[in-house]
Amino acid sequence: MDQFFQQLVNGLTLGSLYALIAVGYTVVYGIVQLINFAHGEVFMIGAFGALTTYLLFFDGQTAVWILPFMIVGAMLASVGTAVLMERVAYRPLRNAPRLAPLITAIGISVFLQEFIRLLYEKVPFVDFPSAKQRIPFPQIDVVTGPAAEIGNVTIQRSAIFTIAALVISAVVLYYFINRTRLGRGMQAVSQDPDTARLMGINVDRIIVVAFALGAVLAAVAGISQGFQNNNIDYKMGFLAGLKAFTAAVLGGIGNIPGAVLGGLVLGVVEAMATQYVPGQFGGGSWKDVWAFIILILVLVFRPQGLLGARVVDRA
Amino acid sequence: MQQRSVVRVGASLIVASLALTACGSRNDDSGDGGSGSTTKTAKIGVIAPLSGDLSALGLGIQHSVELAVKQANDANAIPGWKLEVVPQDDEQKPDVGKNAATTLSSDADVIGVVGTLNTDVSQQVQPILAPKNIVQVSPANTGPGLTMGAKWQTAPQRPYPTYFRTCTTDAVQGPFAARYLFNSGIKKVATIHDKRAYGQGLVGTFTDEFKKLGGTIVAAETINPDDSNYTAVVSAVKPSAPEAVYYGGQYPEAGPLSQQMKAAGLTVPLMGGDGIYDGKYITLAGKNSNNDLATSVGAPVESLPSAKKFVEDYAAAKYPDPFAAYGGYSYDAANAIINALKVSLKDAADVTSARPATVAAMKDVSFDGVTGKVAFDEFGDTTSKVLTTYKVTAGKWVAVKTEDFAAK
Repeated sequence: MDQFFQQLVNGLTLGSLYALIAVGYTVVYGIVQLINFAHGEVFMIGAFGALTTYLLFFDGQTAVWILPFMIVGAMLASVGTAVLMERVAYRPLRNAPRLAPLITAIGISVFLQEFIRLLYEKVPFVDFPSAKQRIPFPQIDVVTGPAAEIGNVTIQRSAIFTIAALVISAVVLYYFINRTRLGRGMQAVSQDPDTARLMGINVDRIIVVAFALGAVLAAVAGISQGFQNNNIDYKMGFLAGLKAFTAAVLGGIGNIPGAVLGGLVLGVVEAMATQYVPGQFGGGSWKDVWAFIILILVLVFRPQGLLGARVVDRA
Repeated sequence: MQQRSVVRVGASLIVASLALTACGSRNDDSGDGGSGSTTKTAKIGVIAPLSGDLSALGLGIQHSVELAVKQANDANAIPGWKLEVVPQDDEQKPDVGKNAATTLSSDADVIGVVGTLNTDVSQQVQPILAPKNIVQVSPANTGPGLTMGAKWQTAPQRPYPTYFRTCTTDAVQGPFAARYLFNSGIKKVATIHDKRAYGQGLVGTFTDEFKKLGGTIVAAETINPDDSNYTAVVSAVKPSAPEAVYYGGQYPEAGPLSQQMKAAGLTVPLMGGDGIYDGKYITLAGKNSNNDLATSVGAPVESLPSAKKFVEDYAAAKYPDPFAAYGGYSYDAANAIINALKVSLKDAADVTSARPATVAAMKDVSFDGVTGKVAFDEFGDTTSKVLTTYKVTAGKWVAVKTEDFAAK
């Protein structure tokens, strides 16, 4: 039984990470019906933003007060990237056929990966490590360090950080969407952009806010992954982005609580599959297969996702 | 507006194509110059991961070969011939390595190849180089099947006569690690590998030997090398209470695995093969990596008197990257080819016709290299079976035991 709870903790930790990224996919999809495949790279750049802040100002220190600065640095980097990406690549294609922005998203994803891979070590005046290999992530007091033991279940500090980050983000997000003017504007645009525009909502601004919102959560996820895995690299966004997209679809794309649920379910399925699937098709290297089998099953029997997608027909 | 952008695109295309043709013609010039003068050019290719996670190892291989070739050219080792190094990146991927091998094999001036780093990349490279009689010497492939065929345990048969290597194989390395652990009092081990040819092979030979000695494998798990979070696997292994974890794979995964193992409360040493024997492993594994173990082929390069000159020359040549784990083997591999070329190129008219003679000359190669005596047996394996166990001590790999495996 200990083992079950241990894997549940592992799964929820991994799932919280997926959920934080998945919200970004789902928010953007809800507003502009675009699957932003470059969102995984926003997550990656968030992690590099945190690392850069650390290396520039706090290199060698481990005090916990550095953490807020790293979070701000991560958010600046990823929000900047997301907003720029929207302005440069997606806005000109707003009225283009839907395939065009999708292909553009893939292009941006490759561009950003290679940009970091090739140029991170070449930033002038500072001595940054090469991003061609995994870079150790700074270990900060309080959020990393000796794990807590409850019974026989080990709960790592980075796990508590990730889960807490998801809970706080979810509460703030709920408040933002339902209680603020901007949030209600987002809801309006997602229901009907044309009418929303007629009602005096600045649709362009709402779209930028949607991208920025996803980027903020992705930045938090980037830091969490850094603490959990102790390293980051230029291609960390690809697999995480793919999983988070899966999570968003699993929960029902366009549905924010769905993205959170989908992320948690996906994380738990992966952890449980590692532990409980015996024999040839079990173990760590098959966990992704089981995760995607769950996705296929859900899509066969409940195509709108677990909590239901907001299906828009804008033919 | 539309028209102007068309013009702009067209203009840049024209500029680009001009630049490309300029490059092309310059290449032609140098080619003509080479065949026109009295010295002819033979090229030695390098196939290794020059970018990506394993580039630290790959660049060490490239520069060590460059050093060997530079010294041969300076000493005019092969009268009438100039040697040249052609590095090709395989990104540690079999398909990219295959393309690299095709590029090299279609170049009429390529006489030999040093590479690859990864066993599964060599599996793709061998069949391309073999029909063209291009000799391949790997400084780092440890998969036994490359020289002894798929049934290497029961009916060894050499698949490609063009393939040689300067390092010892998993058939020796896995059992060597098993004996080390068993002799240091560890009877319960969990194994984890990355499902690639190298890791799986290493864990296979380790498991056989460890069981034969009387130890128990309490858990056998696998990870996905693209992943970077292994907590689920660590949690699955932990309840079986292993006294050590044996990992088959490379340092980019092994480092974080060790770190996450210890963070999850599984504070036993992680042991691996030469794939984790790199300084980067310790950086990634962090402070808790002390007492982690690795075996690597040969004696430690720094400790051999024969290697001192290599280390000094390498430092003097000021390459941007260190020679890393395989520098000595790559240097020896390049010198093995150069020694064979001394015989085969002497009276040769061109490179292509000298290729079969080079392959034939390889089996007579015998010299004292950086890593010990360099000579090949009937399968193309090195005759030396020396291995070393290293331990992480205060943030550094320290050699704890060097032994000749065959002597036991």
